[in-house]
Amino acid sequence: MSEPTGITEAPRKYTKKDFESDQDVRWCPGCGDYAILSAVQKMMPDLGIPRENIVFISGIGCSSRFPYYMNTYGFHTIHGRAPAIATGLRLARPDLTVFVVTGDGDGLSIGGNHLLHVLRRNVKVTILLFNNRIYGLTKGQYSPTSELGKVTKSSPTGSADRPVSPCAFALGAGATFVARTVDRNVAHMEETVRRAAQHHGAGFVEILQNCNVYNDLAWNVLYDRESKSMHELRLEQGKPLLFGPVDDRRGLVLEGATPRVVRAKEVPESALWVHDEADQWKAHVLAQLSNPDFPIPVGVLMDVEAPVYEEVLMEQERRAISERGPGDVAKLLVSGDTWKIG
Amino acid sequence: MSDAVASPATVGKPRRQLDRAVVRFAGDSGDGMQVTGEQFATEAAWAGADLVTLPNFPAEIRAPAGTLFGVSSYQLQFGSRRVYTPGDRLDCLVAMNPAALKVHLRDLKDGGLLIVNTATFEKKNLDRAGYTTNPLEDSTLEDRYRLHKVEITRLTMDALQGLALNVKEKERCKNFFALGLVSWIYTRPIEPTVAWIARRFAKNPAFVEANTRALKAGYHYGETAEIFSECYGIEPAEMPPGLYRSITGNRALAWGLLAAAERTDLTLVYGAYPITPASDILHEIALHKRFGVRTIQAEDEIAAVGTIIGAAFGGAIGVCASSGPGIALKAEGINLAVMAELPIVVFDIQRAGPSTGLPTKTEQADLLMALYGRNSESPVVVLAPMTPGDCFFIAYEAIRIALKYMIPVIVLSDGYLASGAEPWLIPDPKTLPDIEVKFRTNPEGFAPYVRDEATLARPWVRPGTPDLEHRIGGLEKENITGTVSYDPDNHDLMVRLRAEKVRRVAQEIPPTTVNGPAAGDLLVVGWGSTYGTITAAVEEVQQEGKAVASVHLRHLNPLPPDLGQILRQYERILVPEINSGQLVRILRAEYLVDAVGFNRVRGLPLSTQEVRETIEHLLKEKR
Repeated sequence: MSEPTGITEAPRKYTKKDFESDQDVRWCPGCGDYAILSAVQKMMPDLGIPRENIVFISGIGCSSRFPYYMNTYGFHTIHGRAPAIATGLRLARPDLTVFVVTGDGDGLSIGGNHLLHVLRRNVKVTILLFNNRIYGLTKGQYSPTSELGKVTKSSPTGSADRPVSPCAFALGAGATFVARTVDRNVAHMEETVRRAAQHHGAGFVEILQNCNVYNDLAWNVLYDRESKSMHELRLEQGKPLLFGPVDDRRGLVLEGATPRVVRAKEVPESALWVHDEADQWKAHVLAQLSNPDFPIPVGVLMDVEAPVYEEVLMEQERRAISERGPGDVAKLLVSGDTWKIG
Repeated sequence: MSDAVASPATVGKPRRQLDRAVVRFAGDSGDGMQVTGEQFATEAAWAGADLVTLPNFPAEIRAPAGTLFGVSSYQLQFGSRRVYTPGDRLDCLVAMNPAALKVHLRDLKDGGLLIVNTATFEKKNLDRAGYTTNPLEDSTLEDRYRLHKVEITRLTMDALQGLALNVKEKERCKNFFALGLVSWIYTRPIEPTVAWIARRFAKNPAFVEANTRALKAGYHYGETAEIFSECYGIEPAEMPPGLYRSITGNRALAWGLLAAAERTDLTLVYGAYPITPASDILHEIALHKRFGVRTIQAEDEIAAVGTIIGAAFGGAIGVCASSGPGIALKAEGINLAVMAELPIVVFDIQRAGPSTGLPTKTEQADLLMALYGRNSESPVVVLAPMTPGDCFFIAYEAIRIALKYMIPVIVLSDGYLASGAEPWLIPDPKTLPDIEVKFRTNPEGFAPYVRDEATLARPWVRPGTPDLEHRIGGLEKENITGTVSYDPDNHDLMVRLRAEKVRRVAQEIPPTTVNGPAAGDLLVVGWGSTYGTITAAVEEVQQEGKAVASVHLRHLNPLPPDLGQILRQYERILVPEINSGQLVRILRAEYLVDAVGFNRVRGLPLSTQEVRETIEHLLKEKR
């Protein structure tokens, strides 16, 4: 099989501008997607990967316009199927760096099955799921992450659907890297997406994103300076889980498998839950924390290693070739029972 | 490999020469009827006969023993002249239990040879088969057929005396006793089966010994038992010289893909979700990792087509297969490939529907779905193999066209071709046509939808190529530049261009072969697996001097450029299909000819006799 045609001689130094395409960006003014696009474009040079080896794949929805605005290879596909298309691409071309951009509807409703399987297979793709808790492109129906009782065009008397937590879903699917970040925190977004992209396996990032037209300020508890301190739980490896005002910090403790919020000064420091990205059991508890009873964890919930799907298959291929040599169709056709006539 | 054809001795009994014979083995799905049939086919082929097979098995994995729906059968016709079909009526039926007798007796010719295993004709099995009395105990069967009641189970057990196997293991060898007996009756050499048993059970010498003994015991029983007064010889058929093998349609499709991957030196990604009767292609390709083919068992049918679209975007060959229900789910994905103008190949191994239908039975009713079963204007190339062996060439051709025109290609096989086998003259892969692969690497003048003048193909760019970074997708694109476009005239242009691309594939189609006179009273037009039936029926009426010809289409979209001209040379046109009349509609619409259909949708191949009778009826009607 021939190698990729383009081999750059020396790693090129990129700037954010190198990743901006010539297309006019067409999201609504004020959409959170602008900040995400900017953060991703800004982060790309850090990866040190030749631009031509990067592919952005998306499904359908506002978020899925993303590839058009990245000056890399890009494929805007069909609703919910981007993970499947990315899986095929990675198997055909393990030399490429592949991103999947999706949303709460695309990734968790119509494409829930594909998201499940790309995560459990641990295909090496970076998945950015923009969660604005609403269908934007179709103009304002409730999504699988909308809260119970949400009043929208398609639920005038309140949605009867209970919401899914994208991070809990990802962990349930067997993801090996799960993180959450917020569109209003560009530095944190850059850092989180970079870590996901550098993860050996499927890197899943839920980006809390604002749809200022159909679901404005859905994540306001994390935007408003005052509420943010009480509602954002910043995850840092090896540090205790603390949040709240500086003069009255709150902490999380685990009682058995049950999390509880405490006043930090009322418990010994050793009793506080210390964040460990390698602890997959505690990650499941973190992913379930939500308003109003708990703060919202932001950062890397879990980062563990597992076999990567396409690497396992490539290894099987290498072994088959090294043990028996490359295939030969002429020989295959005459293998087994044959007989001669004439 | 062997080129020696053993000729078994037929001690002391007369041998009658036949042109051809139709034999069916039928028994419980646990009785090993498929293996028995396959081995008998191998023996017949070794002896130089031409043949066509028809395996027929229940959808249930292990249907309850002795029940009517648990009956499994394997039929073949072999002969000294060209054999086109597995045969309509049986010359010989082997029924291993009452249920098999009940289900299959109606297909046996009057006076046909009927061999039954008497051991199974006891109350429990008779009840399960719905017999109130034992049919072996009155003379009805004997009056109508040449009935041979053989204690197959006991004779097998006797032959295996002293072997260190338990009763159940010994009993399971009885199918080889039956095979040995029928091998003697039709003077087929048992050597290939002896060799097969040795290979199949290499890890268990006791099984090798037991099955070989059972086989030989059956053979010698025929030779020595007083009940069989004669045996039958069938001369080797006149077949083109060369090295032959037996091949099923599904395996031939898989091997055709391997040949295309080898020729192009491209990675081939095969994405599939398990479904009857397409799964065997996945199994086959998964065996051949050495050939640079990569398989994905996808989470669903939609993902399967998605993975291969991703692979095609990456510059690999993307192929998937399914059957009707799965192809329905792939419609959206196929349309993405239509829009993005990416080369993918989709095999539809048609089965009887709608919905789950009859999963293990054959049908040709997905033609209109392949042509029109997607939203909006969605032209794709559609091909159909004629025989199991032709599947190899069709798979290769599908990839050649897909890559040359940057277009999706659908191949319509069916359940009958998928598991049916025929002797196949092994081709030399070097003689296959070349496959053009042109990856664009030059950035000068590049745009995602600039087009090749001859094929209208847009450039194929492998991601990883510097300075050719571009974006494509399911939104309508401006021709040439590939930017998203809502311009009405551009959309109209792109709709026309996508259709024209398919039309231009007509330049790949060789002149149509007309089997029979170039003009006459009747032309029979078929496609897909009815090739054998139609050819046999047409040749029969031609021998009676009728001005009847046949044409079999491998290209269904676009149709062969010379077809319209051919159709006009005949008074009447008959289109036999295993559907309610699909190709016939297309021919009428496309060529304004008064074609009539012959349609049976029974989950089975058409019979030669019914096609022939229809031809004769139309010829009479004309006068």
